[in-house]
Amino acid sequence: MEMIVASTIGILTAGGVYLMLRLRTFPVILGLTLLSYAVNVFLFASGRLAIDLSPILSPYGEGSYTDPLPQALVLTAIVISFGMTAVLVMIGLGAFLEAESDRIDMDAEDDAPASSDEKDGSA
Amino acid sequence: MMHWIILPVFLPAILAPLIGFVMRHDMVLARAASLTGTVVLLGIALKLMVMAADGTTHVYRLGDWPAPFGIVLVLDRLSALMVLMTALLALIVVVHATSTGWDARGRHFHALFQFQLMGICGAFLTGDIFNLFVFFEVLLIASYGLMIHAGGRERIRAGLQYVVMNLAGSTLFLFALGTLYASTGTLNIADLAARIPEIPVEEAALVRVAAILLMIVFAVKAALFPVQFWLPATYANAPAPVAALFAIMTKVGAYAILRIHTTAFGPGSPGTEDLAGTWLFPAAIVTIAVGALGVLAARRLMSLIAFSVVGSMGTLLVAVAAFSPDATSAALYYMVHSTFAAACLFLIADLVVTQRGADTLKPVPATVQNGLFAALFFAGAIAMAGMPPLSGFLGKLLVLDALRDPGTLVWAWSAILIGSLLTIVGFARAGSALFWKSTATLPPAPDPEKITVHAVAEPLRASSLQLAPAMAAIATLALLAAFAGPVAAYLESTSAQLFDRQGYVTSVITAEEEG
Repeated sequence: MEMIVASTIGILTAGGVYLMLRLRTFPVILGLTLLSYAVNVFLFASGRLAIDLSPILSPYGEGSYTDPLPQALVLTAIVISFGMTAVLVMIGLGAFLEAESDRIDMDAEDDAPASSDEKDGSA
Repeated sequence: MMHWIILPVFLPAILAPLIGFVMRHDMVLARAASLTGTVVLLGIALKLMVMAADGTTHVYRLGDWPAPFGIVLVLDRLSALMVLMTALLALIVVVHATSTGWDARGRHFHALFQFQLMGICGAFLTGDIFNLFVFFEVLLIASYGLMIHAGGRERIRAGLQYVVMNLAGSTLFLFALGTLYASTGTLNIADLAARIPEIPVEEAALVRVAAILLMIVFAVKAALFPVQFWLPATYANAPAPVAALFAIMTKVGAYAILRIHTTAFGPGSPGTEDLAGTWLFPAAIVTIAVGALGVLAARRLMSLIAFSVVGSMGTLLVAVAAFSPDATSAALYYMVHSTFAAACLFLIADLVVTQRGADTLKPVPATVQNGLFAALFFAGAIAMAGMPPLSGFLGKLLVLDALRDPGTLVWAWSAILIGSLLTIVGFARAGSALFWKSTATLPPAPDPEKITVHAVAEPLRASSLQLAPAMAAIATLALLAAFAGPVAAYLESTSAQLFDRQGYVTSVITAEEEG
């Protein structure tokens, strides 16, 4: 089982990093999602991997239990990364509609003073 | 029960949704609530400062669970100082945003602003690393909204880069936390400080990995060299009052490095003792160089200031990298100074840009109040570059004085001094282009493409309410210089308390009477 979990984390991370380097909004969002899956599995495994054990001390069982803290951490991390991804999608969509391009890097003419005058039109 | 400690988190957390949902259609009400909330926050921060000044470490246990198991907020001199700095800066920024009308150019400025304050105060007060992560996310998600406030193609694009960068940073943060929890079984800072020294050096590999990962995460926030590239674009394109508030966000990274790498991984833990200093110092030196060269090369006023922020973070982290009480108190003094210097420059730049209608560093005909803005810019620039009489000079002097170790002296001194020189040259060039050459420039022939609508539409004379925040920031710097003696004494005891790991551990783990 350790092998499966470890290679899952590895593959998810590798895919996430690759997609993040694509510099287009949609692959980057997918890449960040994959990375957050990887980190969630990783956090989950950081307690230790156990089968058939509840994360609470049971008065009926034989007294063995798995660490509840990583599960709580994963829950928080999932909620946060979910919210962050939603924000990123909205901003990415906004950027695409404003700039009519889904590139994440700045192109060279953006540094030109003329376009910065445009931008500060509201300033 | 002492509930003061949680108030800096609780108050903005209650106020923000109220402003966001109840007062969403009434700007006057939202402004009043936000201003009142920030003033009250300043009061709370002062009270916390008084509480912490006697040197005890106050612990607030949420749900009254004992420390390593429950969530704790910890108030010591360092946290109190950072919260006070946040509250003061927030008041200055919110007055500026209200008086210049920035808050009306997009939606939900004040709600996001309060959420941002909640995240920042929480990050300074929390006593365990996972909640540090949570508060980081709170302040980041608010900062995403603030960063793209008022919209515009350029701003949203820079904002997208900023968001992606920080999301990658957050993922790294979680990997670090997982590694740390797997190897030590705790995420409470005091508990970590107690347990890490007990791990034998040969088994500390995972802890070392976690320490370096955390270092990288905090370096992203603090804009340290290999990961500083997001800052100039972000700060230069953010709305000016937001950029001024962001001046404290880089300090959150510096604070986290100080807190985690001094208390948990600091001197005395065999596996991780020299780790941070070894990597931090060269990175900080390069950061100074990047900042100084960026100041020289900048063609826009906002990016000039953004690069000077990078340079000041380098100077600050050079002092932090020494991890000695002397250098740390110098770093703290410089931290307070550089926060207000950067904020003050961003606010002045906003007024200047509004008057000129563009933020390029090219001479245009003199605008109204040219002399006044020249004087303000001059004051901000000498503070940022570290010239007397404002506090930047004392701050840099303290940093230089603390770095007398022969191994670091040559690098640190030459980087800081040459960096300051280049910064002065860059600011002098910008100032002369903006204010001196402009008086000698005749109005250009009318160019139909260049006529900007807002230049005629906006009232050109800045009101005293618009000038007050920038002046207050300069006054803070002047006071910081004038009362350098008492401030330095307070900061020395602050860093002494920071390096007293045993005292921190004892008061957090076994605090029974507080809470």
